[in-house]
Order: sequence, then structure tokens, then C-alpha cells
Amino acid sequence: MTGAAAPAAVPAGLSASARVAAGPGGTLPVLAGDGPLALRRTRAAGPYAQVTLVGAMSAPLGGDRLRLAAEARPGAALRITSAAAMVALPGRGGGAARFDTELTVRQGGELRWLPEPLISARGSELVTHARIDLAADARLVFREEQVLGRSGEEGGRLTSRITVRWAGRTVLDQELSTGPGAPGWDGGAVLGGHRAVGQLLVVDPAAYGEGGRPAEPRPLGGTAALLPLAGAPAVLVTALAPDALALRRLLDTVTP
Amino acid sequence: MHRDHPVTFPGRHTHGAQAVRPDGRRRALRIGLGGPVGSGKTATVAALCRTLRDEVAIGVVTNDIYTREDADFLLRNAVLPAERITAVETGACPHTAIRDDISANLEAVEELEEAAGPLDLVLVESGGDNLTATFSHGLVDAQVFVIDVAGGDDIPRKGGPGVTTADLLVVNKTDLAPYVGSDLGLMARDAKAQRGGLPVVFTALTRPGGVGPVADWVRGRLAAWRTGGTQ
Amino acid sequence: MQQPSCPPPPSRPAAAAALLVLADGRFPAGGHAHSGGAEAAVRAGRITGPDSLEDFCRGRLHTAGLVAAALAAAACAGLDPVELDAAADVRTPSPALRATARRLGRQLMRAARAVWPAPELAALAAARPRGAHQPVVLGAAARAAGLTPHDAALAAGYETVSGPATAVVRLLGLDPFRATAVLARLGGELDEVAGRAVAAAGRAATGGTGELPAASAPLLEITAEAHAAWPTRLFAS
Repeated sequence: MTGAAAPAAVPAGLSASARVAAGPGGTLPVLAGDGPLALRRTRAAGPYAQVTLVGAMSAPLGGDRLRLAAEARPGAALRITSAAAMVALPGRGGGAARFDTELTVRQGGELRWLPEPLISARGSELVTHARIDLAADARLVFREEQVLGRSGEEGGRLTSRITVRWAGRTVLDQELSTGPGAPGWDGGAVLGGHRAVGQLLVVDPAAYGEGGRPAEPRPLGGTAALLPLAGAPAVLVTALAPDALALRRLLDTVTP
Repeated sequence: MHRDHPVTFPGRHTHGAQAVRPDGRRRALRIGLGGPVGSGKTATVAALCRTLRDEVAIGVVTNDIYTREDADFLLRNAVLPAERITAVETGACPHTAIRDDISANLEAVEELEEAAGPLDLVLVESGGDNLTATFSHGLVDAQVFVIDVAGGDDIPRKGGPGVTTADLLVVNKTDLAPYVGSDLGLMARDAKAQRGGLPVVFTALTRPGGVGPVADWVRGRLAAWRTGGTQ
Repeated sequence: MQQPSCPPPPSRPAAAAALLVLADGRFPAGGHAHSGGAEAAVRAGRITGPDSLEDFCRGRLHTAGLVAAALAAAACAGLDPVELDAAADVRTPSPALRATARRLGRQLMRAARAVWPAPELAALAAARPRGAHQPVVLGAAARAAGLTPHDAALAAGYETVSGPATAVVRLLGLDPFRATAVLARLGGELDEVAGRAVAAAGRAATGGTGELPAASAPLLEITAEAHAAWPTRLFAS
């Protein structure tokens, strides 16, 4: 990944980080975050320790640097949600914001990452990178939804990358750039006029690995498809929709 | 039994694909079937399969304009088990796939031989095209050009690479000649004039044993191939 | 990936003209039967003329094209093609596109080995008998032909737009002059993409394949699966 250091010209934005770690039995030995990354423990059904991101009111602004690290320790089941959509807004002095997420699931652990959408407001510039590291028998449900522009508004510039390692090997690396300055992003090869784009990644060795049934690729209507990854017990659903609501409906049909 | 005359077109017999597989065995004889749309290529392939399948192990590669219609026809008519038939897509240019860029067809032929076990004969059927479409010698060992009497009895006179250079010219649908006013004698004379010593057969595939002359020619080719005669 | 240093290119004179051979649309490696997603885009009404063709090609160039160019440049520079092949898998979530890339890779390997025989090509063919991803083979072929990583990147990037443009001429009856003008207008961006690809390949030589671009095009991935299931179509992909 490029850009390890922020360009010098970027005005200092806010820097915030949050950390959460779940242990077996619904424990949360680590739970720390503030500002736009304030975290709260919330009630959840089933075996999950649930954490909700509550502070993302109007962040990130241009120049902000946000970092969230979540870990499901061996045998732990962690569910992460958010209270509202995150809205990327332009900063006072311009410049890109960064939002990095590191998600780790240890052996026997499970993570369900189901936040509300990220909305890219007009004039904003945000770079996100989700790095996911999974043990060989870890389970994951990861949902990412992006909406280009608030209602009736054109979107900002959004670059989001997801890199997934499973059992020590990279099994998925995908980056999507949309909005002003991303060449060809709205043409018939990339978004084709759609304003909501989402991905649902399901890693489940019991379902798709040895002893399970390998998933078959299949189209989901005209603008989404279920794609079994190469070399991992995982499927990726990539979906496009006119808006956030339609996108969520689509992804809900395939979310386990 | 047909006697081949390799001296007529020496080039035809000098650029063929490797006759020996990587494992050292002699690969299947590859025969291409080309010709205009509707002349009876697929019907000829189907009839050849029915006639020869008890004598030799056959595979078929079709080159359809639209995906795999011809392959599906052969499957529906159950002339061969499904694993012996495969289709190549040609991107709207059937002649390109058999002549200019034969890579997809070579893949298909080799995959058939791998999947279906040792084969004696692979028939490569081109998509229906025009009189200029011929097979590359890098793809097939011999080629058959199929025309029909209903396409007009002047086609042999018009010539073109298919009519003049194919190893066998098949004039099909002779049973229709009286109805379409085609002069079989004229077609035979014109074909002989265009082709020198290369063979021409007349067939009516709808009649019992109609493919017999083509099957006999293929048997001759197979016999020559087994003894290393065609390479 | 541990790749502290790349093996030197095979000792043969640099042959710039080989780029013309490799990038020729008539190079017999199977490309003519593939539309690069254009057939599905035409059916969906996303390509209807020169302008939408240009938008489509621009998006493909900066996503799949950039990734292909970087893989080709890295293979041409001598990075381990088997690791690059894995990196291509990771960047291609659609099974239909992976299958297409491997099929075209095998066809290109067949042609390249006949045209520029080289032990490295034979080794890659043996390591990936069902075919390596086409851009990796393209880079290896460029290396065997004595070309530079930049040449390989240009050829790979160009292919990602020339294929759809040619296909749309057949699919829509589009004026071939206007379709070719689209390719000419994208020339500057192709140069830029090739430059970025070479730079990324350089970083990958020391930092591993994670340094390679991972730009994706959702509609290409999504529609490839549907297209592969169409009962009738003109193009293989």
C-alpha cells in the first residue's frame, strides 16, 4: 500500500483510534475509543459480545486519520455495528481523510462486522483500507456499503481497499475508486450510474471448506453476484444498487 | 477406397501440428469440416459419428457462431457421449478461429483427448461461413468442404479456397437437385476442373447410408494416419 | 513474498519491434473471441455508441487494465510468475473472470512458446498446466522477447481496451473509425497507467505482491458471471 506517511501539505486533521478485543464467554477485555470512534457495549442475542460505534456523527473530515482495530480472540464471538451512517465530509483545508480498519479473528473465533453505510458527501475525499487477518478456522461476516452523495447530491472522492489474509495467505485484495478524479468510475465497466455499492464477505470453513460444500458462483439479479474466492472457504457478494436502501435489501438476502 | 495425392498441394502436408503427443503416443487424426451456412456440416458430422463410432473413438469440436448450438444439436441427437463433444466460441468470426488464430481450437482438441481418453479421430466443425474459409494446417490434418446443390450449381465453378483446396469436396443434398434445378453433371465437371485430382463425393444425407462416401474417405485417412502416412 | 532481487533478463538483444508483434490484435492467442465484458455491457444498454464505449474502456483501463499492466510488468521484470499468478487470483474475485484469464493465459503461452521459445516460459507452463493468468504470461512472453517491463505494461493495458473496442464494432456495427479513435484518445491515459504499473512492479520487487495495484471494477466482475451463464452469446467473455 502506498502513502505510509501523510503528505506534508495536508492540514492537520483529527487523529482518533479505537480498539476492541473480545474474549470467550462474551467478555470484552479491551474496549477503548473516543471522538468519532466512541464505542459502546450493546446488547445482542446469541453468543456475541456486541460493540456499537456511536460517535461517527460527522466524521471523517478531510485530513482526519482514523484507525479502528478489532480482534476476536481464540473462541470469541464479536459483533460490531454502528448507530448511524458515517459521513465523509470535506475538511476545512481540503486534503484526504484516512480510515484504517484492522480486523483480526483468531482460531475458533468469529467476527460479524455489520456497520451502517459510509456516505461520501460532495467535495469529500476519503481513503479507507480494511485489513482482515483470519485464522484457518475463523469465521467472518463482513459487510461494507458505500453511498455516493447524500440525497440528491453528487458524491465525493472515495477510495476503499479491502485486503484479506486467511491462514497466513492473502486471499482477496480489492480496491474501488469512485467520484471526481477517478477515471471511468461511472462508466459501464465500473458503476454504470449506480450510487450505492456494497460487498459482503463470508468466510466459513465449516460451510465452504473441506467437509462443506464449495459455493457455486451465481448472479443475484443484474447488478450483484455471489463469487466464491480462489483458495479460501469464502464467498464475496459484490452488489450495486441505485441507493442505500435497495443495496441493504439486496445484501440482506445473502447475509447468513 | 480413396487414394490421397499429397503432391498436389505439398504445403498441406508440411505444416501440420505435432503428430505425437507429449507422452509419445500418436494423437488422434484431426479432420476439419467447413462450408457455407446450411450446407449440412453438422448433419455430416452427426452421420459420420453414427457410422464410425463403433469402429473408432471419435471426438467433436464445434465452432458455433452463437455459443454452442451445433454442439447441442449433436448432444440432443445423442451421436456421441457428452464428454466427446465440446464447443469453441468464435467472437463472431468463425473463420478466424479455424485459420488465423487457432489457439482456442487447439486447446479444445487437446482437452477432449485428455478428458475422453485416447481418441482415434477428432472432427473439427467450423461455423458456417463463406467460400473462402479454410482450416489452418496447424489445426487439422485434412479438411472436408461441404457445399450443397441448393446453394446453386455454379458454386464449384466459382471456386474459392474451400472448393479448390479441400482434401475432400462434399456436394450434399443431391436428392434436392431436381427441385432446385441443379445440374449434378455440371457440378462434377466444374469441381474436377477446379480441383485437379482431389476427390469429390456426392451425398444425400437424408437417405440411408447417405454419408457412406464420406465415411469411406475418412476410413482411408485413418488407415494412412495410423501408419504415419499423413504428416 | 520474498523477492529481494529479480533474475536478470535473458541475454538477448532488446527488440523494440517485438512489442508490435506481441500487441498486434492478430497475434494468435485467442483474444478475438473475447469482448472484455463489452458484450454484457452492450446487452445491458451500458454501451450504445462511441461515448459510452470510451467511458467503459476508460473504467476498464484504470481498473483491470492497471492490475494487468502491473502484473505483466512484474513478470517481465523477472518476479516469480507463480507468485504473481496467485496475486492475480486474489485480485479477481469472479470465478468466470479467473477461468477466462487462465484460458487466455494458456492460449497465449502456446503462441509465445512457438514465437519466442525460452526456458522460463516452459517452466511457467509446467508450473501452471491449466494456464496462468494471461497478464502474467504476457509479461513472461515480453521478457522472452527481450522487451522491457514498460513494454509489457503497455501491451497489457492496451489489450484491456482494444478487445472491447473491437468487439463493439462487431456487436453494434459501430463505425470502426470512431471505435479506433476511442483507443487513440485513451493513449495518454494508457501511457500513464503503464507508468504507474511499472512503478508498482518496482515496489513489488522489494515489498512483495501486496504492493501491486488492486483496482477493481464491480460491473465487470458482476456481469461476467451472468454472461458466462447466457445460453447464447457471440463472445466467450
